[in-house]
Parts: sequence; C-alpha cells; structure tokens
Amino acid sequence: MTNKRKKLVLVGNGMAGVRTIEHLLKLAPDMYDITIFGAEPHPNYNRIMLSSVLAGGASMEEIVINDLDWYRDNRITLHLGQAITRIDSETRRVYAEGGIEEEYDELILATGSNAFILPIPGADKEGVIGFRDIKDCQAMQEASRTHKKAAVIGGGLLGLEAARGLLNLGMDVTVIHINEYLMERQLDRPASIMLQKELENQGMKFLLKKQTEAVLGKQRAKGLLFKDGSMLEADLVVMAVGIRPNVALAQRSGLVVERGIVVDDHMRTNLPGVYAVGECAQHRGIAYGLVAPLYEQGAVLAKNLAGVPVEGYAGSVTSTKLKVSGVDVFSGGVFVEPEGARALSYQDEIEGVYKKLVVLNDRLIGAVLFGETSEGASLFAMIKSGESIAGREKELLLGLSADALSSGGGGGSAARLESMPADEIVCGCNGVSKGDIVQAIDGGCNSLGQIKGCTKASASCGGCKPLVEGLLQLYAGDAAVTVKEGICGCTTHSRDEIVAEIKRMGLKTVKEVMNVLEWNNDEGCSKCRPSLNYYLGMLWPAEYKDEKESRFTNERYHANIQKDGTYSVIPRIYGGVTSPTELKRIAEVAEKFDVPLVKFTGGQRLDLLGVKKEDLPGVWEALDMPSGHGYGKSLRTVKTCVGSTFCRFGTQDAMGMGVRLEKAFERMSAPAKVKLAVSGCPRNCAEATVKDFGVVAVDGGWELHVGGNAGIHVRATDLLGFVKTDDEVEQWASAFLQYYRENATWNERTAPWVERVGLEHIKEVLSDEEERKALQARLRDTLDQTVDPWKEIVSEPELRKNFEHLPVAQLVSTPGEQSGQDNSAGMDGQKKEESA
Amino acid sequence: MSQAAEQVRVGKLSDIDPLGSRRLNINGLEIALFRLSDDEVLAVENRCPHKGGLLSEGMVCGPVVHCPLHDWRIDLRSGEALDPDKGCIETFDTLVAEDGTIFLTLNTAAEGSGSAESDSHIA
Ligand code: SRM
Ligand SMILES: Cc1cc2nc3c(=O)[nH]c(=O)nc-3n(C[C@H](O)[C@H](O)[C@H](O)COP(=O)(O)OP(=O)(O)OC[C@H]3O[C@@H](n4cnc5c(N)ncnc54)[C@H](O)[C@@H]3O)c2cc1C
Ligand code: SF4
Ligand code: FES
Repeated sequence: MTNKRKKLVLVGNGMAGVRTIEHLLKLAPDMYDITIFGAEPHPNYNRIMLSSVLAGGASMEEIVINDLDWYRDNRITLHLGQAITRIDSETRRVYAEGGIEEEYDELILATGSNAFILPIPGADKEGVIGFRDIKDCQAMQEASRTHKKAAVIGGGLLGLEAARGLLNLGMDVTVIHINEYLMERQLDRPASIMLQKELENQGMKFLLKKQTEAVLGKQRAKGLLFKDGSMLEADLVVMAVGIRPNVALAQRSGLVVERGIVVDDHMRTNLPGVYAVGECAQHRGIAYGLVAPLYEQGAVLAKNLAGVPVEGYAGSVTSTKLKVSGVDVFSGGVFVEPEGARALSYQDEIEGVYKKLVVLNDRLIGAVLFGETSEGASLFAMIKSGESIAGREKELLLGLSADALSSGGGGGSAARLESMPADEIVCGCNGVSKGDIVQAIDGGCNSLGQIKGCTKASASCGGCKPLVEGLLQLYAGDAAVTVKEGICGCTTHSRDEIVAEIKRMGLKTVKEVMNVLEWNNDEGCSKCRPSLNYYLGMLWPAEYKDEKESRFTNERYHANIQKDGTYSVIPRIYGGVTSPTELKRIAEVAEKFDVPLVKFTGGQRLDLLGVKKEDLPGVWEALDMPSGHGYGKSLRTVKTCVGSTFCRFGTQDAMGMGVRLEKAFERMSAPAKVKLAVSGCPRNCAEATVKDFGVVAVDGGWELHVGGNAGIHVRATDLLGFVKTDDEVEQWASAFLQYYRENATWNERTAPWVERVGLEHIKEVLSDEEERKALQARLRDTLDQTVDPWKEIVSEPELRKNFEHLPVAQLVSTPGEQSGQDNSAGMDGQKKEESA
Repeated sequence: MSQAAEQVRVGKLSDIDPLGSRRLNINGLEIALFRLSDDEVLAVENRCPHKGGLLSEGMVCGPVVHCPLHDWRIDLRSGEALDPDKGCIETFDTLVAEDGTIFLTLNTAAEGSGSAESDSHIA
C-alpha cells in the first residue's frame, strides 16, 4: 500500500536464501517488498532430499519446501528460470538473463555451489554429470532406464548417496575414490572400513586409491581411464568430488571473493546493502556445505534486515549423517584427535558397532558413530555446548541410553538444553529450531507425536528424536506424556498385542477392538482402521463382515482412484493369457464408455484408465470379467512366460502353472499386495525372482522362490526349496502365503517380512508337511468365503448407489419463508450443530 | 432473486451409508455429503485444499475425512485442514429432518440462486 517499503532482492531461490526470507517474514512481515530470482525452474525445494528422491524414497513433489502459493500468499515476486547476470552496485540494480531487471535497497546473494567437475579430458561428454539439483537427479533416473554401468567418482557423503540411489535404480555401480578410505573427511579408519564392508554387501563396488585421468568414449561416456593405466567400463559417470561456491556473479560485480564471497559476522559483503548467505559465502575463512550452519547464518541475516539486535554469527561445528544407505553413520566435530587430545573408542565387529569420542581438556570435541547412531544428536549437542564431561567419559562411550543422556546426568544435560539458543536448529532435515519446538509445547503439544505433527521435527530421519524428547521433558514437565509407540497415533499397542487380544477376547468388529483396547481416538485413523479390518478378516474368515468404510478408496470402490477423481479398471487376465474374443470385448467396452486411455500394465494385462466413477458398475457389467484386484492389498498378477507350450527352451508348462495359481489365489486379501510369477526355465523371462512368490521351472521340477520385490527397494528372492509336482507347487505356495497372512504386519510386503522373521524360520515351519497342509486348508477356507466384488456390486442396488451422484437438489425455501415449506416432515427435527 | 441463504432438499439419510459419503452438484459446484457415526450429516465443497482430491472418496474418522490422494485430514465442521497442513474449504449447514430428509443451506448470494431454482423448484 504505502510505497515506503524498502525493496529487498534475493538472488538464489535455494535453501539458505529462502530460509532467510521465511525468518524475516516472521520478524518483520511488512518491512520489505521482496523479489526472488532463481536460476532453476522450480520453487524452493529441499536439496538434501534429492538423495532420497534418487533412491526412490521420496517424490519430487514431496521435497518442495514452499510451493508457489506460499510466494503468492507472502506477496513475494518470484522469477523462476531467471539467473541474475549482472549487479550494478552504483545504481543498485540487478539484471537477469531473460531481460528482467530490478531495483534494490538491500540485496542478498545466496547462489549456493556448483558441483565440481574434474577438469580431465572427456569430462564434457554426454553421460557425465554432477549431483546437485533436480536436473541431475532426473538425468540419473533417465540414464538408468537405458544404461547399465555407472561410475561414481568420489567416495564422500554425496558420492555414496548417489551410488546407493543408482543401485536402487538397478545399475551396476562402482565408486572410485582417490583416498584409501571412504568418507575420510568424516570418518576415521575403522569406521570407514566397516562402512565399506557393509556397502559391498549391498552390491556396491569400490576402486580405492584410484585417480581418474580421462573419460573415454565418442559422444557419450563409455568408460574411465585411470592414472595407473587401468580402465573401467561405464556409460554414466557421476562426479561427486566436491563443490565450489558459485561466485561468478559476485566476482564480476566487484565483491571481494576468495573461496567464497567474503562476509563479516553480520553476513555483510564489502559492498553497501549487499549480503551473502549460504554455501556461496565465506565466513572467517570457511565456506560451509551443510544446511545447519547456513540456517544459522540465515537467522543472523534475517535479524539484521529486520532491525533486531543480534550478536553476529560466530561459525559452527558441523555434524553429518549418511542417509539412504541403510547403514547408520554419524560424525560430528573433530574426529581425528589433535595434539593434547584423547580418543576413546569401542568396537564390536559382531554387532557391527563402532564408537569413538575425542576429548580435549575434559570437553567432548568430536564423535564418530557407526552402526548405532541414536546418541548422535545428544553427543553433538554436548560438543556444541562445550560442557565438561569429566568423570562421565566411560559412561558416554559405553552406551548410555538416549534418555539417560538427555534426562539423567543430573542438571548437566537439562542445563545444556536450557542454554541452547532459541534459533538453534534441532531438526536439520526440516529446519525446526528449539524455539519452534518450545512454542509448540507452550501451545499444548505434550507428546513426541504431537510435536512431530505440528512442527515436523523428527519426522524425517529421526536423528533429533532424543533432543526433542529432552526438550519435551524440560518444557512440558509433568504434562509430558511418553507414549509407547503403537501401530499408529491412536494406540500404544503393537500389532502382535492387538492380534493376540482380538483372539483372546474374541473381538469381532473394528469398533469393539478400539473400545476394548482403549483407543485414544474414538474412531481411529486411516492407518489403524484398515489394519484392524484386515486382522479381523484374517482371524475370523467366516464370521467377520468386512467393513468397507475402513478401507481405502481403491478397495472400497474396487478400482484405482486417479489424480482427477476418475478411476482405472483392470480386469483379471489369468496368467496374462487372453483371447481374441476377450480382447474384442474389452475394446468394445472402452469404446462404449469413451475410456480415455487403454494401456498394457507392467503386470501383463490391460488397464482402462480415466473411467468416471458413475460408469464403473456399467463397465464391469459390460466386461463380464472378474476383478483383477489391481487396487487392493490382495493377489495382483501371476506373470508367466510362454514356457514349454511354444518356447524352445521351456522345460515345463509355465502358463498352465501360472493360470492354476492365479485361479487358486484370486481374491486373496493379504497384509500387502502379493505378486507371483512362473518362468518356464532358468532364463526367467517372467522375472519370478523379484516376486513375492516366484516359481522357476527346471528339468524335473520347480524351484520355489520367496520374498522378492521390484518396487521401491529391489530385493531378489530367497530360494525356499525345490519340488517335483504341480500339486506340491500349489501346496507350498498356499502354505507360504497363509503363513505370511497370519504373521505379517498390515502393509508389510513379503520382502521386509522375510527379512524380519528370517528365511530359516519360514523354512522350518513349512518343512513340516502336516503344518503345510493345515495352512493350505485355512487359506482354502478363507478363499471359499470370497466373491467377486464387481459382480456383487453390479447386482446389488444398495451397493451400486454409492457410485451415483445424488439427484439434483430441490429448492425448498429462502430465508424469510423458512417455515413456509410444505413438502417435508417437520423441520423441527434435530438441528445440526453449526460450524464455527 | 435470493440475496442470502437458501435451503435445498438433497435426499435422505438412508441414501448415505454410515461413515460413507455421496456427491451432488449444485450450480456447478460439487458438494460432498458425509454421514458420521452418530448419523450427523456434514456437507463440504468436494475439493481437497491440497491438490483438489475428491474428499467424498476419503475415509471418515470422527468428524474428519482423510483425502484419498495424499492423506491430508480435513475437519468437516470447519473445513480446515488439520496440522501440520494448511488450507480451508467451504462448508454448508445441514439439517436432518425426523423422517431423514436432508436439507442443505447454500451460503452465497451472488452465485447461489440460478440452477437449483430453475431445475427443481417444485414446492
Ligand atoms: C498400472 C500399473 C502401472 C502400469 O501401467 O504398468 C501400476 C500402477 C500403480 N502402482 Fe504399481 N503398477 C503396476 C505394476 C507395478 C509393478 C510391476 C509388476 O507388478 O510386475 C511394480 C514392481 C513390482 C513389485 O511390486 O514388487 C509396482 C510397484 C509399485 C509400488 C512399490 C511397491 C513396493 O513394495 O515397493 C507402489 C507403491 C505402493 O504399493 O505403496 C505401486 C503403486 C501403484 C499405484 C497403485 C499408485 C497408487 O497408489 O495409486 C499405481 C496406480 C495407478 C493407477 O492410477 O491406476 N506400484 N507396480 C501396473 C499394474 C500391474 C497390474 O496389472 O496389476
Ligand atoms: C544430493 C545432496 C545431498 C545433501 N545432503 C545433505 C545433508 O544430508 N545434510 C546437509 O546438511 N546438507 C546436505 N546437502 C547440502 C545442502 O543441500 C546445501 O548445503 C544447501 O542446499 C545449500 O543451500 P544454499 O541456499 O546455499 O544453496 P542452494 O540450495 O544450492 O541454492 C542456491 C540456488 O541459487 C540459484 N542460483 C545460482 N546462481 C544464481 C543466479 N545468478 N541467479 C539466480 N539464481 C541463482 C541456484 O540455481 C540454486 O537454486 C546435500 C546436497 C546435495 C546436492
Ligand atoms: S504407475 Fe507406478 S511408477 Fe507410474 S507414476 Fe504411478 S505409482 Fe509411479
Ligand atoms: S489432494 Fe488431498 S491430500 Fe493431496
């Protein structure tokens, strides 16, 4: 409104810059007109999570920190895909590549870093990339679809995370490292060797003490040549050898630049009104490469800009964790003992645990943890506080439990938490400060779950959980509730307790279970209700009436909901074997109902996508085929290859076996979806070794494989055994599936379940023929109770109505004539509570 | 024409399964009606504030519906997304008569009249 507001321009729409703006908006929401320029075409996203995106644990959408609405709501002008190319500090204007220019009173440079690409011959070839942004991530995903061999140069944090991601994408990955030990900047030798072993077990290969001399290939990379003359084949080369602060713009514009843009304790550069923050900035000689210190810088700068007195930034001690590799590694502070310091260490090769503490003048100055890192956050807080640990060294080394660290130890640790400044970041993943958490506690949060819910602290990697718990104890005092973690926030009971109680007390409905087991949330949530519905159905197949209101949309409407609210329909095509008549009918239905897309699924059948909800029963009726259950926690497909029917290598009738198994198990509900496949010979064209239950024909019989998964985390099956006859295949499959149905946790697929309970245990149970037969009989009983859901809905109006819109509303009154309406029974019925 | 609220009849309680929902269109606006465990009926705009998911397809837990697309929780009384998410949708007052007929109050003056009236003014 007033033109009095000062103009603030931010160059760099990344983590540090936008964090500064968020902070500033809290302190002084109306002080500036803010304009942000970002070179990338995306809103502000969590760069840290790129590792998880690559590894398949998060989607690109999930890592957005502030979506475009946020900018709009805060009246920030955002220019995406607009790199600033020039700053004129005389006229105080910045100029963007695309021609936009903007005036500023205050200017923040937060241009981050670039991946350092080794200046070696061939580094500019196609297929050679860094690992820095969404674009790199997409390039790797893309490459993994068409290429097989990846080389990652650099065995540091970033390189190992890239390598783990590429493994998940199915590539053959070799990490090349110039040093003798991995992550030598964070880990000491023993920890590094343990890490390498673990990663090798996961399938990662290493070439250590190797210096890359050139990238080979014509247009695209084909391999690497090393200084010692050896070579490695590779069609994707990821360089993760370090980052370089992105200072080109600053250099060109008259700022003092060394390694990064030189700033003082208030993040000021040498030019008036120009600040730098984040990885591009160099403070007291250090350019940081982790978010925690950058957020601290941002907090200082925001206060400066808001005119709030602030002491200035004094530098940070940093800590790191290796994410996404399934190995727990933590390193903080100084981990190689400097002169005069003592190191205490503890190593357990069997458990794969290693711990080292570095102590100087009775103060903890560094720590390395491997295998068990739950104490990382507490130790790190001690490093930062600089408190004396005299007399407590052994205690710390030999594993005090996390809560002893944060609540025991007399006043020591409470004092540390108390003295922690409010803007110190507790949860690095989500940038949640101590102040945010204390505020949530003041606002009434009194359990870890609630704090997680309202601040997102400890919602990502969970490393800060002990600290959050400590803060809870400290600031909520007696009100703090320590909750044993149950299957969801509504209960403290575990899966096994719940199943045992249902059996013992003969509970028969979801409502009853929630009442008797004293759920703290009367009607449960979208996690416990479907679980209970499953356990009840599994335990009482004959009596339990499935509660469709406790099922997810897809299972309630027996089709997959799409992003636009339409549904997709996959009819069952046993073993992927169809006929011209069936295909014609599907085609006719697609035409009749104007189905927008018909697609072959990855499961060897056809998917009709974009069907309107109200058309679903009609489509099913016209198809006259059973449901393919492509939407349920139930048997999905049984993939087959041609087998001995036509194939010159086939040793058994794979299609016949596949169809038989699919007919035997169709409509089978399970803790999670279940997929089967049958291949006619060990060439395994039906990919049976990544299925929940895979059958591979060999001369004279069938191999049975279990616990495979080709989804988020690829896991090859374990060999369960070998059988000779078709009947035995069905018996073993039935027994395995029923044992899984009875013992796994809801939403747990066979792959993690087999890992959890162990193959040996399963083999032991199933090797008893009586037991196998009993399991098979229980499964048969269960399956005999099931009916095809599509047929059921088509023929029952009471079920079918839920697919229709209610008829058009009838106007009965306008306000003045409220009482005058005639055609309905008394309006004096129950008056509904009005919403506030 | 009406300048304030007007009331329309939108079916019967028995049209909605317990903890279930039905959709309806009025004046180009899609509304979702929910029946809670105590037979209370609540009505909201059928659009999740997150990415427009159809709330009618979600799971009802108490007075809250879980969006089927990404599991945001929306309070059906206030129309607000529950923490940690943020957003709000329109809610409509409802009334269930003794015989189970459901009445819905349309809030708006500007756009609230048109078609409901012309289509179905039978009283
Ligand atoms: C339709 C289909 C893709 C296609 O066009 O080919 C598909 C579509 C979906 N898959 Fe899939 N998957 C399809 C084959 C697969 C396969 C391949 C296979 O079955 O051979 C896999 C890897 C194999 C495996 O499961 O081990 C696969 C692994 C996943 C996963 C990861 C599961 C995991 O345990 O890691 C999910 C996510 C989940 O289930 O939580 C998923 C989830 C989904 C959902 C249901 C996402 C959702 O919740 O809405 C997709 C529904 C799309 C839609 O709107 O209809 N889909 N999905 C395939 C249907 C096959 C069928 O005929 O039934
Ligand atoms: C895969 C990966 C994993 C990581 N894991 C961790 C971790 O576990 N823990 C941790 O603490 N840190 C981690 N980091 C580091 C962390 O992401 C960075 O420290 C942080 O993002 C730096 O923030 P920044 O704002 O300084 O730079 P950035 O987030 O890089 O933002 C800078 C932005 O400025 C833009 N820009 C540059 N020049 C211009 C220009 N001239 N005009 C306009 N815009 C421009 C860039 O395009 C970029 O979007 C990881 C990084 C990566 C890549
Ligand atoms: S079909 Fe499967 S892989 Fe494809 S977008 Fe959907 S969930 Fe992802
Ligand atoms: S659209 Fe509703 S949660 Fe995403």
